[in-house]
Amino acid sequence: MEMGWRWDFAYEILPQMLLATFNTIVAAGVGYTIALVVGLFFLLGQRTPSKIINVINREIVEFVRSTPLLIQLFFVYFVLPQFGITLSAWVCGMITIGLHFGTYLSEVYRGALEGVSKTQWEACRALNFSTIYTYRRIVLPQAFPIAIPGMGNYLVGIFKDTPLLSTIGVAELFHAATAVGGYNYRYLEPYTMVGIIFLILSVPAAMGIRKLEKKVNSAQGKINQ
Amino acid sequence: MSYIEFLSEHGATLLLGTVMTLKVLVCSIILYVIISMIFGLMRLSKNSIIQATATIYIEFFRGTSLLVQLFWVYYVLPFFGISLEAFTAGVVALGLNFGAYGAEIVRGGVLAVPKGQWEAAFALNFSPSKRMKNIIIPQIFPIILPPAANLTVELLKATALVALVTVVDLTFEARQINSITWLSVQCFGTALLIYYFISRFLLVPFLRWLEVLAARKVGKGGA
Repeated sequence: MEMGWRWDFAYEILPQMLLATFNTIVAAGVGYTIALVVGLFFLLGQRTPSKIINVINREIVEFVRSTPLLIQLFFVYFVLPQFGITLSAWVCGMITIGLHFGTYLSEVYRGALEGVSKTQWEACRALNFSTIYTYRRIVLPQAFPIAIPGMGNYLVGIFKDTPLLSTIGVAELFHAATAVGGYNYRYLEPYTMVGIIFLILSVPAAMGIRKLEKKVNSAQGKINQ
Repeated sequence: MSYIEFLSEHGATLLLGTVMTLKVLVCSIILYVIISMIFGLMRLSKNSIIQATATIYIEFFRGTSLLVQLFWVYYVLPFFGISLEAFTAGVVALGLNFGAYGAEIVRGGVLAVPKGQWEAAFALNFSPSKRMKNIIIPQIFPIILPPAANLTVELLKATALVALVTVVDLTFEARQINSITWLSVQCFGTALLIYYFISRFLLVPFLRWLEVLAARKVGKGGA
């Protein structure tokens, strides 16, 4: 077996890898969308006046955040069938990623809402605006820019965690690389290509987010470092 | 089979896995802290080559997935004649990956030390190395420890990945037991609980204690 890098082999598997990259992007996109919505539910649980719901919500968030995504994946994938719910690997993966990162996003939302000055609320109260109107027209438009960088970071974070989905058999990029590598007994090219594809996609994304963050800060009148 | 029976039969195995997870955790914490310090300070160097090296390192390891790095270290490095044991490969990959994130924290911490401290050290004619070692570095700990604590909890969660390169840790054992008994709720549930307990009652209190200690060292205790 040749030891060095083989361009012909790399070129041969390129179409397969690019096809799988598409799956990875879809997985990240769907997982992120679910996480955005789940985050809203956790946020709601956090902000309801009921103390009991608050505590339960906090404990759930704390638990999900301090346990590994990998085992959560296994848990969902292997446990649900025991209760008669058989879901495909894709669905399980999306649910787990949505739930896991939803807890993180709820923290981003919370931070953004707390970032809106309290006097804004007081002004709305003084003007006799309804709570819904206050949220819709005053608070959310100010909170959203604060949340953007955090939300962007977790989009990249989800993207980088999609290789975990390969462990339950979702046919994304890393899964394809492992399959190709196992079939040809060559792991050098597939795994290196996965790394390069990830770099190509995530470094510009991270840069874009950093730029956005600066823009948001300066639009809010904060000084950039 | 009741849960008690499950524990009496497989508890010892899971415990062994937990010990391995803790070993991986401690080793990779040591490695990532060293790497963070080195590359964080390199990132602040005035020498553009040193700075660029650190920037490339950080962007590379933050830009690719940890799992990919782990598999690369374990399965691809042998192609270059470097064969690492699974445990070593796991610790190295974790250390390198989290070191990149930690380096950014260190950099932020050094930049957050008030400018007056730099000026005072300069006015007292301290050499650059002495200024760093005696004045600036001791002051960064209260600043970097809270974000570093978050990162360390992330590291604990990330140690689960080393199971995929055949390190016999908690995740590996849970998977193994699951494949024999198919008691998924018990295996993975117990594993989740163990990770949760390590994080909440071992790691986080320890890190909080370090934060208090660091704050006290620079005279900000009791705040």
